[in-house]
Amino acid sequence: MTYIKPKFRHPELPKNKIGYAKADYEGAISTLCGGCGHDSISGAIVQACYELSIEPHKLAKLSGIGCSSKTPTYFLSNSHGFNAVHGRMPSIATGANMANRNLIYLGVSGDGDSASIGMGQFVHAIRRNVNMVYIVMNNGCYGLTKGQNSATADIGSLSKGGSENRYPAIDLIGMALELGATFVGRSFSGDKTQLVPLIKAAMSHPGFALLDVVSPCVTFNNKPESTKSYDYVRAHLEATATIDFVPEKEEITVDYPEGRSAHVELHDGSVIHLSKLAPNWNPTDRYSAVNRLLESKMKGEVLTGLLYIDPNSQEMHELENTVSQPLNTLREKELCPGSKALETINASFR
Amino acid sequence: MKPTNIQDPEYFHKVVDCQYACPAHTPVPEYIRLIAAERYTEAYMVNWESNVFPGILGRTCDRPCEPACRRGRIEEEPVAICRLKRVAADNKEEVRHLMPSVPEKKNGKKIALIGGGPASLTVARDLAPLGYEIHLFDEWNKGGGMMRTQIPAFRLPESVLDEEVDYILDMGIHTHFNTYVESMKEVLEKDYDAIFVGTGAPKGRDLNLPGREAADANIHIGIEWLASVAFGHTTKIGKKVIILGGGNTAMDCCRTSRRLGGDDVKVIVRSPFKDMKASPWEIEDAQREDIPILNNMPPKEFVVENGKLKGIVFGKVAAIYDENGKRSLIPTGEPDVFIEADDVIIAIGQDNAFPWIERDLGIKFGKWDLPVVDKTTFQSTLDRVFFGGDAAFGPENVITAVAHGHQAAISVDLFCRGESVYNRPAPYTNLVSQKMGIHEWSYDSPVVVDKRYLVPHAEKQVALADRKVEVELGFDQPTGFKEAQRCLNCDVQTVFNTSRCIECDACMDICPTSCITFTANGEEGDLRTRLLAPANNTEQDLYVSENLPTGRVMVKDEDVCLHCGLCAERCPTAAWDMQKYLYQVTKATPIWNISEQSTI
Repeated sequence: MTYIKPKFRHPELPKNKIGYAKADYEGAISTLCGGCGHDSISGAIVQACYELSIEPHKLAKLSGIGCSSKTPTYFLSNSHGFNAVHGRMPSIATGANMANRNLIYLGVSGDGDSASIGMGQFVHAIRRNVNMVYIVMNNGCYGLTKGQNSATADIGSLSKGGSENRYPAIDLIGMALELGATFVGRSFSGDKTQLVPLIKAAMSHPGFALLDVVSPCVTFNNKPESTKSYDYVRAHLEATATIDFVPEKEEITVDYPEGRSAHVELHDGSVIHLSKLAPNWNPTDRYSAVNRLLESKMKGEVLTGLLYIDPNSQEMHELENTVSQPLNTLREKELCPGSKALETINASFR
Repeated sequence: MKPTNIQDPEYFHKVVDCQYACPAHTPVPEYIRLIAAERYTEAYMVNWESNVFPGILGRTCDRPCEPACRRGRIEEEPVAICRLKRVAADNKEEVRHLMPSVPEKKNGKKIALIGGGPASLTVARDLAPLGYEIHLFDEWNKGGGMMRTQIPAFRLPESVLDEEVDYILDMGIHTHFNTYVESMKEVLEKDYDAIFVGTGAPKGRDLNLPGREAADANIHIGIEWLASVAFGHTTKIGKKVIILGGGNTAMDCCRTSRRLGGDDVKVIVRSPFKDMKASPWEIEDAQREDIPILNNMPPKEFVVENGKLKGIVFGKVAAIYDENGKRSLIPTGEPDVFIEADDVIIAIGQDNAFPWIERDLGIKFGKWDLPVVDKTTFQSTLDRVFFGGDAAFGPENVITAVAHGHQAAISVDLFCRGESVYNRPAPYTNLVSQKMGIHEWSYDSPVVVDKRYLVPHAEKQVALADRKVEVELGFDQPTGFKEAQRCLNCDVQTVFNTSRCIECDACMDICPTSCITFTANGEEGDLRTRLLAPANNTEQDLYVSENLPTGRVMVKDEDVCLHCGLCAERCPTAAWDMQKYLYQVTKATPIWNISEQSTI
């Protein structure tokens, strides 16, 4: 038995701005099946956090139940984490976020965890625009219970045993657009060049950032006739645009051709560059995003990339006008401001 | 880049850095695994087949394998390969019955070997089982050549040397000891079908400075003095000794001096300490025996008073390097230094010398008065005369002499059978999957983090009191096992099958040392800049696949691969497999087939 990850790393591994190597963002060795798309997404998260020079202790990973929700063990070992009840991660994330707004919240969920048991939680987190990244590792099946079709399996898609799925799929992207999500993207686990900048952009977005990542289940849902298989997704992949994320204060070194590109500036000064834009689509126009999505669906394409972003997103804390610092930093002075303050408050109700 | 041709036997051979660096290409990881399995006898035979003198080399090898060892690129120190070889030799059981037998009926061909050192002995071993009648000539009373005359007994006990020399001489070799061959012409006139010259580089360099002749009684030439000590002719030396020179011979001379009465022994080199030619471990051993090494001091004059040596006057220099890195030693202007000495040993290099080969025999000599020898066949310009070891291309080391011997034996055999000596046999290669089941490989793939183990030494007082007390005591079995586990098994190759790959990135994500990248193809220089981790070591190859369905290629930088097998472990389609690559240099006669006789 040799399931031990060696301690040695590449001796010339570069360091990021805060002095960490990519290896410092790794987690324990994965116990998922070899070739699982989820592991690639974990790899992309590690890469994104390394590139963004995130201090590991300033990030919290949250998950529910399922193969997808096991993955937080496999990345960011030095970050905070909470493994919630099945489908209940959005509540935990909302609560944690209310208590400490200074952390980056990275929610990891699956198609079962979000589109079935946790649907009620999922939609409310979107509605409240909780400031978090919400990654759905979407494989269209229940891998942990031997591969039954999930609610996101496409109609007509074949399972491992060859049976056809008779029910229409829930499209989390369409639903999020409908619910007013402020950042919506879709990607594919096998395309890190797109996924890494998308995660980086999502982490910099103030508000709920949904990334629906098609992630093939190699063991139970990887027949070429399955619409969530490596072969099928690669054959039907259609990207809205290639994406490039430039963090704040970094010089832009790429030339983006006029007309076929767009820049979206985020609140912190970082910029998302999109090039090779699909016609009739504007990333900041929700209506065009919905249209583009439907159009792709009719053509049988798997549309990936950033679909919609609201640069003026107002996250939950702004909407609730909450205190600007984490609750655990509030001391007696702030919590018991004295009778004078009480009088002022009472006076305001008179 | 073009897809890597893994059918080329040299591609995977190069990945096994230690074996590739070894002149004789000993299958190092193979015998290290045998040691870990306590199969010392087979580990010995794997060595014996390849390097002929495992016990000797396990103590004295120049170790070209160790600086090449991949482990040295991942942490501070390489695997102690040489000392592991000794573990095999020290713990083996009876081996004679495993060695090839020599036919009673000879094949009718007679071979003369001039010189009884490692090169000649290797030729003898490779040819005797084929029925050749072999005559070996040496000026000393025993075989072994420089291994006997130049390597002190405290590094190589005589019993070890005798044992391994005798394995060969007992193959029915006709020995002509105490016989200095004075004329090649006479040898050629006898009925030898082929002649092999393995006479080494027997002439120690002298230093002609003022006072050299007057002080002759107390000035010795390093290799001659060591030989004289080895045969018991010299048994003492003065209290104050200066060794001139910074190579391994100098180290042997100073340490021998300490054992023959030298209390105040100094090594003095004319150039910087860091440019010394001696192996680092031999320098350490000398320093441990309280021998200071003074550098940047070229000798100027031997000072003689009343016909007796008093000491040496040294100048003081500094090394200056020009933009091409070429060194010049510039006097610093400091006053000269006089250092007292009762005896001086000059160990500043050695040269080839062939006063006994007449120059009208058709054997051409070229630069440095070295014979003109074919680098592949070791044949001289006279077709039945072959050269090997230091005699062929100048001073090298024992393992190089052995490698020459193997090739010369092949040439002699081909020549005696009337075939072209350029008709070289291909190496024996084998590539076999090591997969035994889920998460199960037939080798210990976990990579231990142990640092290189230290080898115990004899007590200094005891060692210095007797020149025959061996200093290095070798690893015991438990330490040998732990050191063996540090080996990364670089011969277990990562073999990639493009047609099976589904590009799931699992291997790329899991690889602990970020060796694997899936990217668009390009020229090597460009590709090296686009990999997951820097690929700056251009001596190590990139393994490039054919085009994958997405148009990308798999590129693996072989440089710091741990051979841990995780890529193959995580691969859902077995596009990666761990396959053990065996590479054996073909010998004139089959000695030991690892695949059949000792595979692990």
